[in-house]
Amino acid sequence: MKGRSSETSSERPVSSRRYLFGRGVDDYFKGIANAAAFVGRFFKEVFRLPIHLREIIRQSYYTGVKSLPLIALTGFIIGVVFTKQSRPPLEDFGATSWLPSLMGIAIIRALGPLVTSLICAGKVGSNIGAELGSMKVTEQIDAMEVSAINPFKFLVVTRVLATTFTIPILTIFCISVGLLGSYVNVHQEEATGIITFFRGAFSSLSFLDVASSLAKSVLFGFTVGMVGCYKGFHATQGTQGVGRAANQAVVLSMFLIFLEELVVVQITNWIRLY
Amino acid sequence: MEKTAGPGTEPVIEVVDLSKSFGDLHVLKGANLEVIQGENLAVLGKSGSGKSVLIKLMVGLLKPDQGSIRILGQEVSTLGRKELDALRLRIGFSFQNSALYDSMSVYENLSFPLTMNVKNLSRKEVNLAVAEALEAVGLADKGKQMPSDLSGGQRKRIGIARTLILKPEIILYDEPTSGLDPVTCTEINELINEVQQRYNTSSIIITHDLTCAKNTAQRVAMLLDGTFPKVGTFEEVFTTHDPHIRDFYNYNFIE
Ligand SMILES: Nc1ncnc2c1ncn2[C@@H]1O[C@H](COP(=O)(O)OP(=O)(O)OP(=O)(O)O)[C@@H](O)[C@H]1O
Ligand SMILES: [Mg+2]
Repeated sequence: MKGRSSETSSERPVSSRRYLFGRGVDDYFKGIANAAAFVGRFFKEVFRLPIHLREIIRQSYYTGVKSLPLIALTGFIIGVVFTKQSRPPLEDFGATSWLPSLMGIAIIRALGPLVTSLICAGKVGSNIGAELGSMKVTEQIDAMEVSAINPFKFLVVTRVLATTFTIPILTIFCISVGLLGSYVNVHQEEATGIITFFRGAFSSLSFLDVASSLAKSVLFGFTVGMVGCYKGFHATQGTQGVGRAANQAVVLSMFLIFLEELVVVQITNWIRLY
Repeated sequence: MEKTAGPGTEPVIEVVDLSKSFGDLHVLKGANLEVIQGENLAVLGKSGSGKSVLIKLMVGLLKPDQGSIRILGQEVSTLGRKELDALRLRIGFSFQNSALYDSMSVYENLSFPLTMNVKNLSRKEVNLAVAEALEAVGLADKGKQMPSDLSGGQRKRIGIARTLILKPEIILYDEPTSGLDPVTCTEINELINEVQQRYNTSSIIITHDLTCAKNTAQRVAMLLDGTFPKVGTFEEVFTTHDPHIRDFYNYNFIE
């Protein structure tokens, strides 16, 4: 049928009785196909007008500013704790002077993006899942639809863009605070100066490390927003479904973040070889 | 109670042979219905009979399996996104559970559809339109409140106000009086009649409250087992001996 307004968001999928590989397997692949279509729709709609800039800024504010204190605290603690934990093995070789460089690698390459996005998955992802989920089950999304407002554009695209922009910024912030925490500890124990510390921290980092770290955080940000929206948009069965959407948003986005981490590290190492 | 302005003869909604199933559940089975310009038509039927499904099909929230729905001369199922949106702007849809935007104040609930659809409105024009819609439902002072602070009856009215803000030609009310006390029901009925006169709208009023149907609608249609076997004035429909229709009547008027 021609252009039949895409979503019909209130239609619950009704499983037919015949299955290709049995019910579970079929539903699994159907779920993947649905999710892929959802992501595809994002890329189709993101380039369409209107942009809803104000809503993007509002959502970025919620994602960014509201997560800032938590990320600052966690980043600092992680910087301190990892430095403390890494010291004894280095001390055995009399190599504590390597600490700044080691922490630089650990925090910038791996910990910063990972910790930030996991915190955001828990805080922002669950929030998006619950908010859109409750909008779905109380027909607010249908209400937008019938007022000729594209809910995908207004709710999903804005939130995904917001997390995709803000989580990298939060990551940079987390890395800075983490390095600061590390510095505080190193300064205390080895009396290293701030310039020496940061020179050490960045000495063994290449452009590729920084780029891949940033790329990762963009990908993680996209994942948190997308999974939250997807789970929320497909919430069913009343209030219970809202809780489930929030919960699944966290679990799935954390899982995907680890998976993506693995893939990106693999790719980065390939590039490094050539 | 006084009946409202005389309807014309042009049909604004024509439903022909409409069918809709969810899996094995056949909700509508070849339903036929017509709404005439300027009339209020009440759709009666028991819970789960597919009343909400019927009007969701009309605004394209659900797709029909079979049959045709023509609204204001346009076949809904053949419209592209843009045309469908244009048609939706001419139809007001008042949800069964109001579906107010929780995260927005009452004012924003009303201004949102307006500012999203009408470009370059000045703040003053928006304020004016919101004030008019709020005043039409008798809640002029509630603009600053959040939907969660409103009573059920007030939520219904704000839901209706939200549909009025775009000046629709057709309004679809999904159970405007359900869950409300008799006094508030009467007020909502009066509101529906007032809207009909003031904005010259044609409406479908879904309800299982016969008092509401009797006081607001020129004609009623009874949805039974997926079709409309009986459509006509209130008296015509309820002077029947069909046991299902009798049951409906008896409960409402405690005979
Ligand atoms: N999106 C959907 N997916 C699957 N089944 C649905 C969907 N919407 C409605 N149904 C089913 O269709 C039937 C009719 O639903 P509908 O909401 O139209 O009832 P109703 O006449 O409005 O009842 P009520 O008076 O209680 O609101 C119900 O059995 C319902 O479970
Ligand atoms: Mg209903």
